[in-house]
Amino acid sequence: MSKTNVEEYIDNKTRNIYNEKTENKSIKKEYGLTKGIIEKISKEKKEPKWVLDIRLKALDTYYKLENPDWGPDISYLHIEDIATYVKPVDKEVRKWEDVPEDIRNVFDKLGIPEAEKTSLAGSGAQFDSETVYHNLTNDLKEKGIIYTSFDEALREYPNLVKEYFTKAVPIHDHKYIALHYALFAGGSFVYIPKNTKLDRPLQSYFRLNAPGAGQFEHTLIVVEEGSELQFIEGCSAPGYNELNLHAGCVELFVKKNAYLRFSTIENWSKNMLNLNTKKCFVEENGKIEWIMGSFGSKVSMLYPLSVLNGEGASCEFTNISFAGKGQNLDTGLKLIHNAPRTTSVVNSKSISKDGGICTFRSNAWVKKQAKGSKLSISCESLMMDSISRSDTIPVDTIETDDVEFAHEATVGKISDEAIYYLMTRGLSESEAKALIVQGFAEPIAASFPVEYAVEMNRLIGLELEGTIG
Amino acid sequence: MKNLLEIKNLHTIAEDDHDKKILKGLNLKIKKGEIHVIMGPNGSGKSTLANTIFSSPRYIVTEGSISLDGEDITKLATNEIAKKGVFMSFQTPEEIPGVSLAQFLKTTKQSITGEKINLMSFIKEIDKYTKELNMKEEYTSREFNVGFSGGEKKKNEILQMLLLNPKLAILDETDSGLDVDAIKTVSKGINLYKNDENAVLIITHSTKILKGLKVDKVHILVDGKIVKTGDSSLAQEIEENGYKEFLK
Repeated sequence: MSKTNVEEYIDNKTRNIYNEKTENKSIKKEYGLTKGIIEKISKEKKEPKWVLDIRLKALDTYYKLENPDWGPDISYLHIEDIATYVKPVDKEVRKWEDVPEDIRNVFDKLGIPEAEKTSLAGSGAQFDSETVYHNLTNDLKEKGIIYTSFDEALREYPNLVKEYFTKAVPIHDHKYIALHYALFAGGSFVYIPKNTKLDRPLQSYFRLNAPGAGQFEHTLIVVEEGSELQFIEGCSAPGYNELNLHAGCVELFVKKNAYLRFSTIENWSKNMLNLNTKKCFVEENGKIEWIMGSFGSKVSMLYPLSVLNGEGASCEFTNISFAGKGQNLDTGLKLIHNAPRTTSVVNSKSISKDGGICTFRSNAWVKKQAKGSKLSISCESLMMDSISRSDTIPVDTIETDDVEFAHEATVGKISDEAIYYLMTRGLSESEAKALIVQGFAEPIAASFPVEYAVEMNRLIGLELEGTIG
Repeated sequence: MKNLLEIKNLHTIAEDDHDKKILKGLNLKIKKGEIHVIMGPNGSGKSTLANTIFSSPRYIVTEGSISLDGEDITKLATNEIAKKGVFMSFQTPEEIPGVSLAQFLKTTKQSITGEKINLMSFIKEIDKYTKELNMKEEYTSREFNVGFSGGEKKKNEILQMLLLNPKLAILDETDSGLDVDAIKTVSKGINLYKNDENAVLIITHSTKILKGLKVDKVHILVDGKIVKTGDSSLAQEIEENGYKEFLK
């Protein structure tokens, strides 16, 4: 029972594992944001002109747009101080043995190769700006499934990529997505052909290792008609005093009768600005399931958008955020119900302690044509003390009367009576708090792909599960 | 024989109102093998006594001492007192959402004993006691006290008492709000638990729970002090005449 303190566990213990700092000698670093740097990145990647054009247009857009006038303050971010491109290796490989030893050691400690062996259909690993490893089992390749780094996809499947790239998330969406398109590097491309079901998930792991660096990976997933995929992304970084920046982008396309479960476990260090953008288009009777766990970062701003474009399309959104000292996690989701009988179910929980701030913004837009739609949004917050903060900000636009809409938000403080009660049963104060937090998080933790996701195992619970069960 | 619990000249004030004196020189001795009962009008300090034994943060001891098995526990932390072998059944037990009853029991048992327990034999033990207490088996997989009726919550307290097997069990108004059958079940639980090596302190308003129990001493608590101690007939007397004669 001595190791069951979830708070300290997440705070300190995990950081020891993730804090592994690696001196990378083969490193190439570029700082700041100029046309010259972007042309250099594009040239190094041997990109076609249309890709460079997107980058340059995005650069232009970045400078035209302002920081958002809402949410956490990020005015102290100076892009000139960020290493915008950090190239760790010369080429991506298909075997872990071929990954340079110092980098491989990091992924070994995170348990990535082990997870791939035991529970994944394929796995990718990114170190700083570039993917260092991607692999998919042979039987899946034969089925026509594509799982490569985004750079490789641009080279090998340019027409396929061009059909979808920037189509879900446009360049001008906001300032940091423009920055993303100017600098994007790494990430994954997944294509699941018609009527193909994967029985095991794919996992991409993003490691931002260099101090003061930015990571701008692009993930594009297409799940064709009648197909099913589970995709897991894990993110972590060691702690530095310098500001790190993550401005990734995820574009998802779920076709008719298709299913995609997209799980993210973010355990960024507390010097990270996480300004990420995710969007999914869902066609007729298709289903997107988002599962998000946000544990790290100094500031996070992340609001995945699901556009339910086809009749009967649905979205399930499950989120847990844990903000400790000095952290401001501003998360949430956006929903657009664009067709009849579309459904969304949202379950979000947040825990804040030691002055941490959790804000959950939900923005639902039910259009006139979305008759017979159902929305159920539930947000619960738990505050560990009186100096922490938790806010829920719903903005709903409903344009039809023929809709079932339920919105529930509760904010609770951890109860002194419950702590006392547990202490009369022999638990220390911190153990009592840990048990209450664990119980609070349980319904969400249960929906994580725990058996696969290395990150989640470490964050909420194997050790706790071990003492309990 | 040595005292299991010895309270000497105990004075307490409320944490949120230091002018509010609650216990005003309370003395109490309980030996192993005994069942004691404390009765008293509302506001006399019965629950304060139970919670002060447990170092509740809501009360401050200004004078006096509490010893368990000869060891001064007045200043120990609540969980340390639990580990020394004191248990309390709450008037209003807490709910712990997301934590199953079985998970809770295992966690607390391990905290108290400091040992990793064998799950299979522990589950057998749980099943044995839930049967005795007429609790449905499915309760052990339900969230702790969530959606339980008042009676079920109280039975759950008795279940914990049986599983944790303390030296001293304090039952704070465990019988209040229970129907006749549930009160019988609680009494049954107390008899199952009770042996020559442990002791029970029952805080109550009524004598119903005492039927079927071999009560050694009854204390009347008025205005923070024990004003009279007698045998089980004293409880009967109070049931008939109330506390009038003790109130000035």
